[in-house]
Amino acid sequence: MAAEKMAVAKAINESLRRALDSDPKVLIMGEDVGKLGGVFRVTDGLQKDFGESRVIDTPLAESGIVGTAIGLALRGYRPVVEIQFDGFVFPAYDQIVTQLAKMHARSLGKVKLPVVVRIPYGGGIGAVEHHSESPEALFAHVAGLKIVSPSNASDAYWMMQQAIQSDDPVIFFEPKRRYWDKAEVNTEAIPGPLHKARVVREGTDLTLAAYGPMVKLCQEAADAAAEEGKSLEVLDLRSVSPLDFDSVQASVEKTRRLVVVHEAPVFFGSGAEIAARITERCFYHLEAPVLRVGGYHAPYPPARLEEEYLPGLDRVLDAVDRALAY
Amino acid sequence: MTVESTAARTSRRSASTKSTAGKRTTAKKPPGTEPELVQLLTPEGKRVKNARNSKNAEYESYVADITPDELRGLYRDMVLTRRFDAEATSLQRQGELGLWASLLGQEAAQIGSGRALRDDDYVFPTYREHGVAWCRGVDPTNLLGMFRGVNNGGWDPNGNNFHLYTIVIGSQALHATGYAMGVAKDGADSAVIAYFGDGASSQGDVAESFTFSAVYNAPVVFFCQNNQWAISEPTEKQTRVPLYQRAQGYGFPGVRVDGNDVLACLAVTKWALERARGGEGPTLVEAYTYRMGAHTTSDDPTKYRADEEREAWEAKDPILRLRRYLEDSNHADESFFAELEAESEALGRRVREAVRAMPDPDHFAIFENVYADGHALVDEERAQFAAYQASFADVEGA
Repeated sequence: MAAEKMAVAKAINESLRRALDSDPKVLIMGEDVGKLGGVFRVTDGLQKDFGESRVIDTPLAESGIVGTAIGLALRGYRPVVEIQFDGFVFPAYDQIVTQLAKMHARSLGKVKLPVVVRIPYGGGIGAVEHHSESPEALFAHVAGLKIVSPSNASDAYWMMQQAIQSDDPVIFFEPKRRYWDKAEVNTEAIPGPLHKARVVREGTDLTLAAYGPMVKLCQEAADAAAEEGKSLEVLDLRSVSPLDFDSVQASVEKTRRLVVVHEAPVFFGSGAEIAARITERCFYHLEAPVLRVGGYHAPYPPARLEEEYLPGLDRVLDAVDRALAY
Repeated sequence: MTVESTAARTSRRSASTKSTAGKRTTAKKPPGTEPELVQLLTPEGKRVKNARNSKNAEYESYVADITPDELRGLYRDMVLTRRFDAEATSLQRQGELGLWASLLGQEAAQIGSGRALRDDDYVFPTYREHGVAWCRGVDPTNLLGMFRGVNNGGWDPNGNNFHLYTIVIGSQALHATGYAMGVAKDGADSAVIAYFGDGASSQGDVAESFTFSAVYNAPVVFFCQNNQWAISEPTEKQTRVPLYQRAQGYGFPGVRVDGNDVLACLAVTKWALERARGGEGPTLVEAYTYRMGAHTTSDDPTKYRADEEREAWEAKDPILRLRRYLEDSNHADESFFAELEAESEALGRRVREAVRAMPDPDHFAIFENVYADGHALVDEERAQFAAYQASFADVEGA
């Protein structure tokens, strides 16, 4: 059966399985990805079926994981590496920024780096420090990288297929709090372009733009607003770099108001970039400044405080009210 | 902790310890830890054969049958590499290059190791491996583009199995390890060599490459040129054990070789590559040498090291010792040296002319090869840039 209901984690697992099956050059690398199947079980069963030379338990060293993945890519492999949690990517940040992102340009196009870096990200799971962060803007600032984040199981499946097929390095941010959310996945569908946004709910009064874990929240906010007679459009951006500004522009030209929602701190976040560019593109269409809802300029707080830190339904609706009040 | 603060604190405690104040900033080498070098050609140009030194005997077999032709070849490689290097330094002084990182003094380490490689082996260099590039057949003028500022790497890595120069210290050790893991997966019998220096030995990436290569038994040779100086910092600021001994802690062999002895470097690298090919995993080779010049043309070594040290190393010059051997053993005559001198000058001229003729890149090169599959923002900014540039054309045309 082509269409099946599955959770986000399972969809990624199935997508990785399909990639391993169809291309002998695809490798899975990371800490605990083998027998354990990763701390979120995303790679569950893959080592058993594809062996230790394709699904590789690595030493506990993130720079080493990404650095050796680069070497394997230079040899013709297509490594998909797992960083166990968002806050642990930084030992690999040097390799990602100075090597992975720039080597294609440095070689004047002679070498390609088809490496996927999977990062479970975001909060809302009551974790200890370094396990709940959203560092996508730190990567989006770097030319040479592509940054995507699926919001649902179907996108998780297909965007992973496309990320692995990409000849560019892709940072694949997985919304960990949505790992267990189920949706229909059609494994025989023909997917749309990887870096194109999607309107997930049509509306006329205001656009909510989000990606990854915040798309579901925005849909809930649109439901709540509808009860008050407000018609909100919800845009799932899906890709942070490149970002589909054309789709945002088209939506804002219709609704004339935009609120961007992400878990990452708003200061220098992707919402700031969207606000700047949409203000430029839609200056005469906008009825209100572009507003942002996101994390604060503070370290991600202890779990007992994360509900106050993370965008929730009320904070999104508050921003909607403020935008509509102009 | 500064020298001054140590001295001040010590002097308050006890006058008798004052004489040791200031020495505490650098870890002292434990006595008796200076290892012997693998050496097959002495600074005086004598072959070390049937050595009593068991270390030497182990490696001598790898060059025992070396022919006079091959010896002259090694000499030629070193002379031409030094000539190329001197030309590049001059070109920097003339303003043709923005910067140059000289290999002066390290010719034996690079030619010896470079000539140990097979065509199907793969090299991951730092930014100073001009001699290895020469051995791989990379056109020397292609090395100069990045130092002139016309590109960030001007050759196809797969053209000669010689990766691009890596400027971030130590990063390439991991790329070499990953590449070697791939070689092993492919069931190939080629090997990979990673170059780095004494400074890089402090980098986490080098430590992680030791771990990964050991765990996966990757066919990689770590070739560390210990040239004694990481810009202004002596090796004592990087380590308190001889660097080759680090390998032991990772579970693979390390060996220190006379880095100014081209035969020893050739022999030891061949041995290490043979281990890699035979499935015996990684090896660390520490080539003990000396950076005779500055770190780069922007550096001023007179601020941190004594002339006497350089003079002592001049007596161990890698080229001079092979010349002495070739002359003493009648393996080369005057005409060989004269022809090489002429070839050397021709190389200098060719490099000079090629650099001066090297065009500045097209402005739109900024936007090229940022991505393999394209990126909407790059396309948009390229178009904006084109429109901006075209706006000047309008003004000029009006």
